[in-house]
Amino acid sequence: MVYGNKKIYGNGIMNLKKYIKIYSLFLYTSVASELEYKTNIMIDFITAILSLIGSIFLLSIFFQNTDNIGGWKFEQALIIQGIYTILNGITNTWFNPNLTEIVKHIREGTLDFVLLKPVDSQFFISLKKLAPSGFLEIVLGVTLLFYCIGINQINMNLGFYILCFTTLFCSIVILYSLWFLISTTTIWFVKTWNATEVLRSFLYIGRFPLNSFSFSLRIFFSIFIPIAFITTIPSEVFLGLAKFWEILLEVVVSGIFFIISRRFWLFALKYYTSASS
Amino acid sequence: MSNLNRHKIITLLKVQYSNMLEYRVEIALWAISGIIPFFMLNIWTNNNLNESINLSNTMLSRYFLSAFFVRQFSVVWVVFTFEEDALLGKISPYLLQPLNPFFRYFAQHLAEQITRLPFAIIIALIFFLFNKESFWIPSLGIFLLSCLATFFSFLIQFLIQSIIACLCFWTEKASSIERLLFIPTLFLSGLLAPVISFPEYVRSWIYITPFPYLIDFPANLLSGNKTNLISGLLMQIFWISVLFPVFKKTWSMGTKKYTAMGS
Repeated sequence: MVYGNKKIYGNGIMNLKKYIKIYSLFLYTSVASELEYKTNIMIDFITAILSLIGSIFLLSIFFQNTDNIGGWKFEQALIIQGIYTILNGITNTWFNPNLTEIVKHIREGTLDFVLLKPVDSQFFISLKKLAPSGFLEIVLGVTLLFYCIGINQINMNLGFYILCFTTLFCSIVILYSLWFLISTTTIWFVKTWNATEVLRSFLYIGRFPLNSFSFSLRIFFSIFIPIAFITTIPSEVFLGLAKFWEILLEVVVSGIFFIISRRFWLFALKYYTSASS
Repeated sequence: MSNLNRHKIITLLKVQYSNMLEYRVEIALWAISGIIPFFMLNIWTNNNLNESINLSNTMLSRYFLSAFFVRQFSVVWVVFTFEEDALLGKISPYLLQPLNPFFRYFAQHLAEQITRLPFAIIIALIFFLFNKESFWIPSLGIFLLSCLATFFSFLIQFLIQSIIACLCFWTEKASSIERLLFIPTLFLSGLLAPVISFPEYVRSWIYITPFPYLIDFPANLLSGNKTNLISGLLMQIFWISVLFPVFKKTWSMGTKKYTAMGS
């Protein structure tokens, strides 16, 4: 058994090389096909800009007669907007287009072809597609973040960079796991498009600091849907307010979520009965 | 003639309703995804932000609950269906029928709203369970008037989206234009914050645009907050009468332009 596996999958480094090569092919094909719709990319980018302006407008309404919500000043709350925009860009670039594909694969029975390929099915299914308009949104978010670093007078050093990247990376992993968990349920329910709408609307509150919500909602958004970890903790790291245990917890939570999403996918595949057969 | 038309409408509604009942779970999930107003309410009351706009906690929670209801019954998705139908070439058989395909979509929306009703009521009951003091029963007159205002709001959005959907005849992906237009709808309609809380530099011009009449006006009416009934309804009718000819024009221009896909 062990021997057989080795023969199929080869050794680690070969494997990594193979996957990098496959991914660059994915990148090439999806960028090529998306560039067919150039005006769409521009419209999507304008949408992202307007959406950011709208959120800042909403935030400014909240701050009209108060100088802090949940202990966050306006300049500090802007950091959350920046991080949210980056993560939303990542969602729009990778998670969203692929999820649509998973639903299609299962409804039309083409998941068979994915499973037959000598590539990890989770890798294939979650990275096959890419929407370049999200890139611009990521750039927008990073710009806002650097602006915030300026107005909040944050001094950067190596340790700061390492912590920021670690927490951001963990947020991306949590976000990915949430999306992938929901897409996996498609195996049973076939149409999960609306379930992701629910997730989207919940994620929306990631635009605001967790402390601005009431205690019961704070608990809900830390345990069931860990939105707290996704935007609030990275923002606290940027401001130098994060406690060490929070960062550690975020790393642990992202690990747990990733493992669960992986296990759940493998479990769900056992229930996959191809369409129309 | 009018008898035949009535027969058509009733059949369409019946067919679409049984169609929509198939998708109960999906529609329930859609209803849940509309709960953003409640999160916003939580931010407002938890930080005492409503003091500055002279709205009590109770009135504000009624406002956001009404906003939730208005939104539930004015959601429009015609552009997404139309785009799919246009891409798959389903429009051609529809065009052959002696009935504008938008009647079909219109019936779909109404049927979906009927299916949605029980879920929206359940969500409202859960809301009242946590906020007992905000429970209220509007008078019958106000209730009927706000139903009318909500229906007008739905009509405005349906017409706007239908116009965008007609752009599918020129460009294949019109839904991205709809997503663009959804952003001002989201932030200016009063779904996330009541329009009276907006700063003066926005309030000075916003009442000329259709946005506050989509959520803010019907929600204020239903929740018993201060609003101008006559001018609100008149503005809604004004926008409907402006948008309808535009839709008719784009539709007739689009169908002339139409070349069937996949044939």
